[in-house]
Amino acid sequence: MTFRSMAAPGSPAFAANEAAMAASVARLRALESRAEQESEASRPRMEARGQITPRERLARLLDPGMPFLRLHSLAGYMVDTDREEKSVPGSSLIVGIGFVSGARCMIWVDDSGIKAGAMGAMSGPVALSIQRIAMRQKLPLVHLVESAGANLMRYEVQHWAEGGRIFANLARLSAAGIPTVAVLHGASTAGGAYMIGLSDYVIGVKKRGMAALAGAALVQAATGEAAEERALGGAEMHAEVSGLVEYLAEDDAHGVALARGAVARIGWNRRLERRDVKAFAPPLYNPDELSGIVPADPKEPYDAREIVVRIVDGSDFTDFKPDFGRSTLCLQAAINGIPVGILANNGPIDPAGANKAGQFIQLMDQAETPLIFLHNTTGYFVGTEYERAGMIKHGSKMIQAVANARTPKIALHVGASYGAGNYGMAGHGFDPDFLFAWPNALTGVMGGAQAAGAMEAVAREGAKRKGAPLDEAALAAQSAAIRAVFDRQTDAFYTSGRCLDHGVIDPRDTRRVLGFCLETVMEAKARRLQPNAFGVARL
Amino acid sequence: MGAAMNPGAMSFDTILVANRGEIACRVIRTARAMGLRTVAVHSEADRGAPHVLMADDAAEIGPAPVSDSYLRGDRIIAAALEAGAGAIHPGYGFLSENAAFAEAVSAAGLVFIGPPASAIRAMGDKAASKRLMRAAGVPLVPGYDGEDQSDARLLAEAEAIGFPLMAKASAGGGGRGMRLVERAEDLGDALARARDEATRAFGDGRLLLERAITGARHVEIQVFADDHGACLHLGERDCSVQRRHQKVLEEAPSPAVSPALRAAMGEAAVAAARAVDYRGAGTVEFLLDAAGGFYFLEMNTRLQVEHPVTEMVTGLDLVELQIRVARGEALPLRQEHVRLEGAAIEARLYAEDPGAGFLPSTGPIRLWRPASGPGVRIDAGIVEGGEVSPFYDPMLAKVIAYGPTREEARRRLIRALEETALAGPETNAAFLIDALSHPVFAAGAATTGFIGEAWPEGVPAEALAAETWALAAALALNAAKEATLAEAGFVAADQIGWRSDAPSEARIELECRGEARAMRAVAVPGGWRVGDGDGEIEVLIEGPGRARVRGRGRAFAARLGADGALALVSGRERGVFHPVAPGGGAAAAEGGLVRAPMPGLLIEMRAEAGREVAAGEPLAVIEAMKMQHRILAPVAGRVSAVHAEAGAQVASGAPLFEVEAGG
Repeated sequence: MTFRSMAAPGSPAFAANEAAMAASVARLRALESRAEQESEASRPRMEARGQITPRERLARLLDPGMPFLRLHSLAGYMVDTDREEKSVPGSSLIVGIGFVSGARCMIWVDDSGIKAGAMGAMSGPVALSIQRIAMRQKLPLVHLVESAGANLMRYEVQHWAEGGRIFANLARLSAAGIPTVAVLHGASTAGGAYMIGLSDYVIGVKKRGMAALAGAALVQAATGEAAEERALGGAEMHAEVSGLVEYLAEDDAHGVALARGAVARIGWNRRLERRDVKAFAPPLYNPDELSGIVPADPKEPYDAREIVVRIVDGSDFTDFKPDFGRSTLCLQAAINGIPVGILANNGPIDPAGANKAGQFIQLMDQAETPLIFLHNTTGYFVGTEYERAGMIKHGSKMIQAVANARTPKIALHVGASYGAGNYGMAGHGFDPDFLFAWPNALTGVMGGAQAAGAMEAVAREGAKRKGAPLDEAALAAQSAAIRAVFDRQTDAFYTSGRCLDHGVIDPRDTRRVLGFCLETVMEAKARRLQPNAFGVARL
Repeated sequence: MGAAMNPGAMSFDTILVANRGEIACRVIRTARAMGLRTVAVHSEADRGAPHVLMADDAAEIGPAPVSDSYLRGDRIIAAALEAGAGAIHPGYGFLSENAAFAEAVSAAGLVFIGPPASAIRAMGDKAASKRLMRAAGVPLVPGYDGEDQSDARLLAEAEAIGFPLMAKASAGGGGRGMRLVERAEDLGDALARARDEATRAFGDGRLLLERAITGARHVEIQVFADDHGACLHLGERDCSVQRRHQKVLEEAPSPAVSPALRAAMGEAAVAAARAVDYRGAGTVEFLLDAAGGFYFLEMNTRLQVEHPVTEMVTGLDLVELQIRVARGEALPLRQEHVRLEGAAIEARLYAEDPGAGFLPSTGPIRLWRPASGPGVRIDAGIVEGGEVSPFYDPMLAKVIAYGPTREEARRRLIRALEETALAGPETNAAFLIDALSHPVFAAGAATTGFIGEAWPEGVPAEALAAETWALAAALALNAAKEATLAEAGFVAADQIGWRSDAPSEARIELECRGEARAMRAVAVPGGWRVGDGDGEIEVLIEGPGRARVRGRGRAFAARLGADGALALVSGRERGVFHPVAPGGGAAAAEGGLVRAPMPGLLIEMRAEAGREVAAGEPLAVIEAMKMQHRILAPVAGRVSAVHAEAGAQVASGAPLFEVEAGG
C-alpha cells in the first residue's frame, strides 16, 4: 500500500527531534570510544612487546569492506561502578558478527588493552549471550584470546559457577558441528586455558601466547615449583610438546592471518544453500530521517508506519486488518527481498489489537516468515472496560503466540516498552533471535511516575482507611525515591549495560541492522550442519 | 627484366612468416587482408603466442634459443614446404638480412619476400657497401673501411679521421659491436671490446672506423623497387632519438628535412638501391648534420621496425607492396604519386627498467590493454597472461600516433602511451612519455645526442606516488571484498563498508619494486580512505577504470592475478603490487650476496673463493639482450662463496657470489 509520510524534514519540530536523537547517539559513541581510549592507552606497552592492539587484531581478522554488527558494546555500563562518568562499557570485550574469509562468524576479541583483558562485571553474560547466538544462528566462533582471567579482586562465587557454561557451550558448539577457532595472543590461564583446550582450532603466537592451568605465580604458591612461564605454557611448547596448539604464528598479525586461513579451509559456505535474491528497491524515504521522526518527548505519540516506510523495501507494506485493533500494527513487507511480518505499536495494546497480533504471529509462523517487533507501547490497556473485554485472555494469546512461534524474531525498542506489553512484543525474556534498542528507548515494568503514583495512591488509601494523618513530606520523598529508582533503570543505556538487549544502535542504521540480522537468521535456516556426539577432541 | 620472368612461378597463396612477436602479427594481418593463407613458425617458448594463434597454420621449429629456432633456416624452409607455403616473409631481424637464407629459400622453390640475395650480401658488408656507395656517388662519412685490420693501421687511420669517432663491426647492425671513442687513448680498449662483441654477434671481428658526426640526426629514406625497373622513395623517417644506438622514437616526416633536402636525400637513396639492383622494401640510413649535409650510414635490406610511420603519412601498406613486388607485380605508383600528409610518431615499448640502467625485464604480462582511438595504431605481439622471456628482443609493442600536424601526433602519442596499460615486466613507458614531453623533442630539435643531453646522469629510478599506492590499496581491498561477496551469502549494498559501532577499517600491506608499504584503510561510501602514516588519501572507485583520488579524476587499468598480485597502470604510474602476508618478514639478511641483476648468459666469472677483491671490482660478466653487464664486488673483502660458473644461463635474482666485507 502507499503510505504518505507526514514527517517534514527541515521543519523546526523535525530538527528538534533530530537534535535530541543526535545527542543520544553521540552519547552512545562517546561511551563506546571511552572503552577504546582506555584500551588505546596500552598501545605503547603492547607495541613495545611486538603486539598489535585488540582493535587492530579485529580489523585484520574481518574481511575488508564487509559488514560488522557489534554486539553488547555497552555491556557492564553502570555495573562496574555506579559513577556514570567512571563506568567503562564493553566489559573488556569486543564482540559482534562479521565476516572472516567469507564466512559469517561470531567474533570475540578480548580487549587486553583494558586491565590486561581481565573479565569485567558483565563478561560472563556477554560470553554466554554470543555463544547462544552462535549456536542458534550456526555461526563459527572466532576468539582472539588474551585475558588475565577472572578479576580475583572482585571474585563472586556465582561468576565462577555460571562461568562453567562458557566451557560447556564450547563443547556443545563443536558437537553441533559449529567450529570454534582461537588465537592465543597472550596469556590464558586457569579457566582461560580451557577456552583454548575446548576450541577446535588453536593458533598460538610465538613469544606471547601462553596457556596454563596455573601461571608461574600460582604454581609457586601451590607446589613450590619455580616454573618458567614459556616452558610452563608458551605457545611454542604447546605446538611442539603438548600438542595443544595446531599452528604457530610469528606475531599477532600472523596469528590472525592463520585464523582467517583456518576458517577459509573449513569451506563453511559449502553447506549454505544460497538464497535466490530477487531485485528489491531501497525505501522511498531516506532511512537517515529516522532520527527526526521520533518525537523528542517520549509521551508524544507518532505513527510507527513512519518508521516502517524508512526501513522496508520500496517503502511498501501491506497493512493487515488496519481497521481492527488500530493501535496495534501488523504489517507485511520485505527487507532486502526477505519477506517479513512487522508488529508495531501506535499506543497501548487493546483486546482487538492483541487478538489481531496473536493471529498475525501464527500466520507468519505458518508461512515461516521472520517477525520484526518495533516496541513502542506502554503495555496492555487497563480498566474495567478492558478487563471485561478479556484483555488478560487476549493478551495471553498474543504472549503465547510470541513465545511459541518457531519463526525467527527480531525485536527493536524504538520508544517505550513497558510491562507485559514488552513480553507480548518479544522482549528480553522471550529470547528473540536479536534484540536491539534505539538510544531513546525506555523499558521497564512501568514508568517511574506511574510507579510512584501507584505507591502514593496505596499510601493515601491506607491512611484514609486507618484514619491516620498522612506525612506528606515523607510521601513526597518516597515518591521521588521510587521515581529515581525506576527512571534510572528505564534508560536504554542502563538496560544494555546489563545485557538485557544485544546492543544500542543508531536509528539511522536500522535498515542495515535488520537486514543483517535477517540475512543471519535466513542463513542459519538454510545451513546444514554435520553434528557429532562429543565435539571434536584433541586426542 | 621483370617482364622476362614467369609470373606463374611467383604466384603463391600461402605465406610462411619466419618471425615472431609484433612483426609476425603485422605481416599476417596484411597477408590475410590480401586473401592469403598464413603459416607461423614458433619456438617451444612461443607455443600459443599471439602470432601463432593469428596464423592459419603453425609449425614448431625448435627450442627457445633463437639459434635453435628462429635462426634455423633449414627448419623454417622445411616447415614452409610441409605446410604448402609458396613464399617466406622474414620480417626484420633473425634471417631477414641473411643472404644464404634468401638463396636457400629460392633454391627450395619458394619466394623470398625481400631483396635479391646479392643485394643483401652487397649491403651486409659494411665496408664493401661503402666502397660501392662511394662509386655510386652517395655521400659518405669520412672514415676507414680497409682490409688491414691491424691495431697500428686502425690507430693511424683514426688519427687521420679525428676524434670523436665510431668503431663499428663491418658485418654488424643494430648497435652491436659499436663503440664511440672520444679520445685516442681509449681506442685500444674500444677496439678490443668492439671486436669481441662483433665476433660474438656476427662471427666476424672486422671493424670499420668513422668520424662521429656530433649534433647529427639519424634520418633514413624508405625505398621501394620492383622487378619492372621502378625504384622510388617514400620519404624519410627521423630516428634521432636513440639510446645506445637503439631507436626509441621515430617520426615521419623529419622536422629537419625540407622538400628540397627530401628530394636530394631521396635521390641519393634511390641511387644506393639501384647500385645493388634492389627489389622490394629497403631503407637507406643517413646521418644528417646541422648544416644539412647528409652521409650514408648503411642500407637495411628489409622492412624496418619503424615502417608504420611511413605508412601513416603515405597511406600505403608496405607489407602489401612487398608481397606484390615479390609476386612480380609492378609498384602501383610512381614517384610523383608519393605524397606525405600529416605527421606520425612511433614509440617503442620495451620490457626494460629505465631507472635501473635500462636492464631488460622479464616475466608474465599481467596487464595488457592497448590504447585505441583516432590516429592511434598499436602493433604488438603480446597477450595478457603471456610471458616476456629472456630469449627474445624486449620490444613488446610499437605505439604509433598520426596527426595532421607533428604537434597533434605528439600529443596523441603521449595520450596513447598513458592509456596503453602494460604491467608485469618493467617497461620504458614513462620514459617514452618524458622523452616525448621534453621541450627539445617537442620543438623538433632532437639529435642523436638528445637522450644523453636530456638525462646526463641517466634516467633516475622513479618512486611511485602516494596516490598510486592508495589507489592500489583501494583496488586490492575492493578485489578482496568482491571475492568475499562471491564466497559469502547475500550482503545488501547498504551494508558494504558498514560497521555498526565505528568506521569499518582494514589493513593492507603491499609490495612493489622492492618497497613494502603497510596501509590502513577506512571504508567510505564508494571507496576507501587510505592512510600510510603520512596522512590520508581518499580513493573513490567511480566505475571500471575510473577513480577519484584526492578529489581528482584518474583513469586506470588494473587486473588481479591468480596469485593475488594487482597489476595497475594509471597514466605514467605503473606497477605490480604483491600482497604481503604477515609473518614472512623475517627474511635473513643477505650481507655480501650478489645476485644476477637480470637473466642472461654468464660469460665470465672471476670470483674465486678466498680471493681478495676491491669494492667495485668486476667479478663477473653477464651477457643479456646484446649487452655485456659487468657484475661488481659490492664491498672490499674476500670472496666467501661462488654460486655459478661461466657458461651458465642464470635467472634474474640467481645467486652469483658472496663477498665477505673486510681487509
